[in-house]
Amino acid sequence: MFHRESGVFKTSYAADMALYPLPIAKWAVAAFAGLFIVIVPLTLGEYYVSILNLILIAIVGALGLNVLVGYTGQISIGHGAFMSVGAYTAANLVVRLDAPFWVTIPAGGLMAALIGAVVGIPSLRIKGIYLAIATLAAQLIIEWTINHVPAISGGVQASIQVPRPSFFGVQLKSQTQLYLFLMGFAVLAIVGTSNLVRSRIGRAFIAVRDQDIAAEIIGISTFRYKLIAFAISSFYAGVTGVLYTYYLGIANYEQFQLTVSIDYLAMIIIGGLGSILGSIFGAAFVTLLPIVTRWFLESFGGLIFSAADLANIIPNLRLILFGGLIIFFLVVEPEGLNRLWRNIRNYFRVWPFSY
Amino acid sequence: MPEFEWQFTLVLLTNGVMIGLMYALIALGFVLIYKATDAINFAQGEFVMFAGFIAAGAAEILGAPFWVSALLSVSGMVLLGFGLERVVLRPLIGRPVIAVVMATIGLAAVLRGTATLAFGAGTRAIVMPIGDEPIELGPVMLPPVQVVGAVVSIVFLAAFSWFFLKSRIGIAMRAVADSQQVAMAMGIDVRRYFALAWAMAGIVSALGGVVWGTMLGVDNQLALVGLKVFPVVILGGLDSIIGAVVGGLIVGIVENLAAGYLDPYVGGGTKDFAPYILMIAALMIRPEGIFGRRRIERV
Repeated sequence: MFHRESGVFKTSYAADMALYPLPIAKWAVAAFAGLFIVIVPLTLGEYYVSILNLILIAIVGALGLNVLVGYTGQISIGHGAFMSVGAYTAANLVVRLDAPFWVTIPAGGLMAALIGAVVGIPSLRIKGIYLAIATLAAQLIIEWTINHVPAISGGVQASIQVPRPSFFGVQLKSQTQLYLFLMGFAVLAIVGTSNLVRSRIGRAFIAVRDQDIAAEIIGISTFRYKLIAFAISSFYAGVTGVLYTYYLGIANYEQFQLTVSIDYLAMIIIGGLGSILGSIFGAAFVTLLPIVTRWFLESFGGLIFSAADLANIIPNLRLILFGGLIIFFLVVEPEGLNRLWRNIRNYFRVWPFSY
Repeated sequence: MPEFEWQFTLVLLTNGVMIGLMYALIALGFVLIYKATDAINFAQGEFVMFAGFIAAGAAEILGAPFWVSALLSVSGMVLLGFGLERVVLRPLIGRPVIAVVMATIGLAAVLRGTATLAFGAGTRAIVMPIGDEPIELGPVMLPPVQVVGAVVSIVFLAAFSWFFLKSRIGIAMRAVADSQQVAMAMGIDVRRYFALAWAMAGIVSALGGVVWGTMLGVDNQLALVGLKVFPVVILGGLDSIIGAVVGGLIVGIVENLAAGYLDPYVGGGTKDFAPYILMIAALMIRPEGIFGRRRIERV
């Protein structure tokens, strides 16, 4: 991650595709793991760890959406709904069967994958804008269904209370315990995605994205791979939904509305389409944006505005910043934060002899 | 099953037609942009809301009479259309669909935030100087706002149809939509027509904002009518003006019938739901819509 090669000495494709380009990369990853698994939970307070938890959850969802949008080139504006599918599946399992997390999380993911694959079926005939609108329709229809079927939504206000998961008999009560639990899933998602995109399936995804007719001609079943992409991506979304439900302690469809789908799309666009590191950057950025805006305005905005004004300004300013940043990144830096990061690295690669 | 009452059905149908024509007006803004620039405007609802805010704000804050505030709204939206095309959309020409979709989604967030920030979160009213005595036609009562809305829709739909078929600028726009390269080679300034398309969408959105704002009141919920645009344009065809009318009528009628006959059974909300089911069916059977042009893809 931070190493600087003196040149390219690779002699085989396997070496080119290796997860660790140099032995030192392993040490960098190990150092990061140590930092985030040992030092961070020991030093940071509950509040900051709870923010990190939100980021970890968002990373899982953003990676999943990036598999679909960034790698396969299909658009989904329905990811919020897929998350709600996972969330309600898990919530029902917990409430009715008292299922542990190692049942609810895969079950939520699989249910979301199933629904996601069904939503993906129109991608056989339609693409681009039409697919975007079809997934938008899926978002609205799933939202409506959950809200109107008491068997799924638990009746009153369409929300179900879910207790925190237990790990070997220990209930994860504090944010720090939850942090380590969520970290496990985030790491699993990161490693899983980076291996997925290097595999045969991942290569097929990229071929479909770059030119689907050409991919079909060289023998890739576009329809099959589009459906697989939808299923995998929705699986991640479902898991995200379950994790978020555990985090909040309640499954509520209002946490998974259209704006959530848009938030996740913003994450991968700001972070960088078709990039794993970008998904992580984007997840952190979009999660932190409202928190930092609020903190900044509450600390310094009080000097200019009254408290009542601030209550009106903060959410709207957040919206403006959010939309403005999406536009800014699309127009100025389409490859997102990941590209900025690469630029910085490339600059330092030959530093201080940049000529 | 309630007994089939022709009067009830007639009321639902007429309401559907009126609302449908007003949907068509908003969808027209979407179609104009798609037809000329191939861009999909996910911020159409926010355009309408913003126009409503300008009109309502002008009337309340400046105390302007209705016609002046409507005119202000139209000119404001034209400027906004020009500006947005220049700053946001022009750099995205030739980029993948998702880029344009996301840019307009971002635009929607910005417009929504700006409007609420500038005009406050409360609902404002636009008062049209036409009275609110409903017009009676046999068993059907029509609020005058809806009649005005329907008339405005028909006039503008006809005007734009004529514009694209006969006028020089309209023909140039169709040429640009058909093939930007060939249009450029024939001496058409493509960028100018892109800007013009956004400005025209601004005009239509302003009218939509005034009409819908009069009917529903102006607050940031007004942007939700934008969600109805998608079923309308998918059913009618993304690039067809007559398609916007037909799609609007279908959606208006279907949602009113669904609300009248299905709501008692499923507990409400079918109004927002039925058009989307219809749209999914249309996407599976005929994605280009009733009047849309089928696109042939080449590698």
